[in-house]
Amino acid sequence: MKQLVLARRASQIKVELTQRVRKPYKEVIDVSWGDPHKAGVKPLSFVRQVIAACLYPQLLNSDRLPVDVRQRAQSLLKGCDGGSVGSYTATRGISEIVHRVSEFITRRDGGAPSYPENIFISPGSQWALRNILNVLVNSEASHRTGVLTPMPCYSVSLMSIRGLGAVTVPYNLREEQGWELQVEELHRALESAKGVCDPVALYVINPGNPAGYVQSRKSIQEVIQFVSEKRLFLLADEVYQDCVHGENSEFVSYKRVLAEMGPPLSDTVELASFHSASKGFLGECGLRGGYVELVNLDPAVKKYIYKLFSTDACAPVLGQFALDLMMKPPQPGDPSYPLYSVETQHIRTALVHNVKRVLEVVNNLPGFCCQPVKGAFVFPRLHLPPKAIQKAKEMGMQPDAFYCIRLLEEASVIVSPGCDYGQKEGTHHIRFHIMTPEDTMEEVLRRLSSFHTQFMKDFS
Amino acid sequence: MSSLQLVNPRVRGIRGSPHSGLQSLAARITQEITQGAQKPFKGVIDVSSGDPHKAGVKPISFVRQVLAVCLHPQLLKNKTLPLDVRMRAQRLLEVCDGGSVGSYTASSGMPHVKQSIAEFITRRDAGVPSHAEDIFISAGSQRALMVVVKLLASGEGETRTGVLTPRPCPHTLPPLLDEAGVTLVPYQLMEDRGWAVDLDELHRALKTARGRCEPRAIYISNPGNPTGHVQDGKSIEEVIRFAAAERLLLLVDEVYQDSVYGQEKEFISYKRVLFEMDKEYSETVQLVSFHSISSACMGECGLRAGYMEQVNMDPEVTHFVDTMLCTDISTPVTGQLALDLMVNPPKPGDPSYDTYTQESLLTLATLSQNAQRVQEFLNDLPGMSCQPAMGGIYLYPCLHLPSEIIEKAKKLEVEADVLYCQMLLEEEGVFLGAGCQYDGTTGNHHLRLSILVPPDTLEEVLDHLGSFHLRFVRDKLPRPDGGVKDRDMGENLRPFSTAGTFPMN
Repeated sequence: MKQLVLARRASQIKVELTQRVRKPYKEVIDVSWGDPHKAGVKPLSFVRQVIAACLYPQLLNSDRLPVDVRQRAQSLLKGCDGGSVGSYTATRGISEIVHRVSEFITRRDGGAPSYPENIFISPGSQWALRNILNVLVNSEASHRTGVLTPMPCYSVSLMSIRGLGAVTVPYNLREEQGWELQVEELHRALESAKGVCDPVALYVINPGNPAGYVQSRKSIQEVIQFVSEKRLFLLADEVYQDCVHGENSEFVSYKRVLAEMGPPLSDTVELASFHSASKGFLGECGLRGGYVELVNLDPAVKKYIYKLFSTDACAPVLGQFALDLMMKPPQPGDPSYPLYSVETQHIRTALVHNVKRVLEVVNNLPGFCCQPVKGAFVFPRLHLPPKAIQKAKEMGMQPDAFYCIRLLEEASVIVSPGCDYGQKEGTHHIRFHIMTPEDTMEEVLRRLSSFHTQFMKDFS
Repeated sequence: MSSLQLVNPRVRGIRGSPHSGLQSLAARITQEITQGAQKPFKGVIDVSSGDPHKAGVKPISFVRQVLAVCLHPQLLKNKTLPLDVRMRAQRLLEVCDGGSVGSYTASSGMPHVKQSIAEFITRRDAGVPSHAEDIFISAGSQRALMVVVKLLASGEGETRTGVLTPRPCPHTLPPLLDEAGVTLVPYQLMEDRGWAVDLDELHRALKTARGRCEPRAIYISNPGNPTGHVQDGKSIEEVIRFAAAERLLLLVDEVYQDSVYGQEKEFISYKRVLFEMDKEYSETVQLVSFHSISSACMGECGLRAGYMEQVNMDPEVTHFVDTMLCTDISTPVTGQLALDLMVNPPKPGDPSYDTYTQESLLTLATLSQNAQRVQEFLNDLPGMSCQPAMGGIYLYPCLHLPSEIIEKAKKLEVEADVLYCQMLLEEEGVFLGAGCQYDGTTGNHHLRLSILVPPDTLEEVLDHLGSFHLRFVRDKLPRPDGGVKDRDMGENLRPFSTAGTFPMN
């Protein structure tokens, strides 16, 4: 696993830094994960106060915590057996929280109804994705099961698909058109699968990962038509839905578009959509809370999905709480609202600022260019000099991986190489997260610029 | 996928568990009560599963205080929290990226926690060294077990991997093995010897397995789940020699290692025994042992964290374990921190030491006291007998049911012990686990009962169980509503078959 090489070297360097080994920079900045806290974004106070009080309910006895924090903690603890976050919960999640999720979805989707019995809370979205895949992928058939996946694609999902014995069938996103998903490409990909595998599902990521695009309504409609026509199961990974920013870009969910398309599509297209508390303003990757909503599934199939979920007892209770707080944050009038509002605004402002700065800086560097970004990641293209590509080959690495290792060694910045996600042959990219504090991003850009300039010079 | 035939055959083949049927019955009854239905009892008491907090046991204060501070670091300034709590939280926050429990960690766990675990194991095993790189943290011990079993799984039909599995075993184990695609090869534990492991039985099981599948591992839990048996050094050594001779990977579930209460009984780890044997064993026998925070003293099932230690494993395999854990992304950070607190509790002299010790000792005392009480009580009931348990959090009494009842159960297409549990739930609001899910269908009937509950809850359970049992095994007894009727063997209950139903909670 190529990622592990970079990760291991990064750990080594961090250790060396604590041992005061001399390095060009005093600290490593890691923007290679979709992890806001790792990059320095602060957790939301309301979320942490409520969860702390749930862990140690003695905190409810004093006045130090705002009234709405105490009330919410009490209400959450009521849903826990024995009043403790240490008890197992129902397999699909604490019932009140599952209801809260369905209410959130209904609101978000302009009233398109969402039913609690179609919702499963899980330790992060990837876990839920694997359970759905496990039902879809026939590990015992002579013909391997296929899943259409975007190129580039979030690497862990690719691993999950392959890990279950299925084949990934890539469909290319058009970089020149802002990483647009073009339906002709879906047709081509499906065609290419003939004789190779038996495609059963289409996996889409919207907003995108690693490329930060957001699909238009029209594009979503086209995908829905396609899966309906080709009888494919639609897997919609929408975990970055809260990170959308910028003009003319708005997140609209697959479910909503499907509902608005009306019957027969709205009654027949089988869809699983995923969300999590790891992204967006909460950024609580470490608490492991996510969910999947199932649409138009045969109840008999749902039973098997339930069976798979039940073999893992339940999602971590604190992760379930994080979801609850995400679905129903403080409202105007609540004591915690002003602070919550300030904190989320701060994150939003930083995000918009960071995108602007990244595009400015990257697009002004030679051999570097970046498509417009509407989501949480940037995936700029590197035009590497032939000498650099040669050197990478000699070292047995992909050129962009080589770039990333050098960036780590010389500038103590960690980004991930495009080769981890799949990219068009002969192209090279890097991915980094832009949900960071403003000054962190400035520092990243400063170091990246000077490294890049030097790198291009060294290999010219 | 609108047709059932398309569901992955491997998933379709995962066997059902009557436990889920009983669980949903319990949930239904609870709901009826909240909606105002009149029942002869106030609420359902669930002692079927290993969930101490659910049953009313209190969490360990030190653990909850440290975790609360880690969640909300402003609490570092709160002087009402003991100093060692604040210092430990500070230390743990230092090893979290971004100083937050909300960051991802390495997929096999935070290095600091793995190191703590390695040090704990070394101390526990009187100096036998343990290394952080052999430790893998996962979201619960079953998750780690699944990873290892999946790596073992291969072949089809006769060459399909087999795993020797004790009968009885934890009810979650058979579906796990089904999902991983391996064959379960049962070996019977000896009830009349307190559920001991019998070497001849291991040989017999292995012999019958060969030709049907390829046995590659043996699973054992010590202290036993659900039996409560604690193996002595000699027994452990026998199993190790057997595994070595037959080239089986040892999968040892030691989650209840902190709950040995039997007199003159002591937990010894498989690893320790292995390392006290000759080099030909200690350097070659492959062993994976499991532990978790769902243990007796912690009872933190909802925080979801456990670990496995791999001994003498091929580094290639270790690499794959790491890769597989990557798709789980990472174990909840709060769970990982709880692991650290479990293996590295307050020490004598620390401000929290006294409270911590009191709380842990209370748990052990409760277990011991409850075990004795339940055993005596049950042994006094006609048609019920209970082997003494030495550790763990369950008792596994045997039901000697009249043949009439067994016949009635057959007609309803349920196992007799499931029927017993169903009726106990309906009539008395007490939820016990049914034995068939652990035994398969050997014709014996058992119940599983968690004894990690507050003593007064236990008394209530015994009260209800006692009166139900006496009614159940005798004919024509007064019903709770005062009427006298023939034993209405649950004909108006909705029976569910052992094929398992998957109700939507």
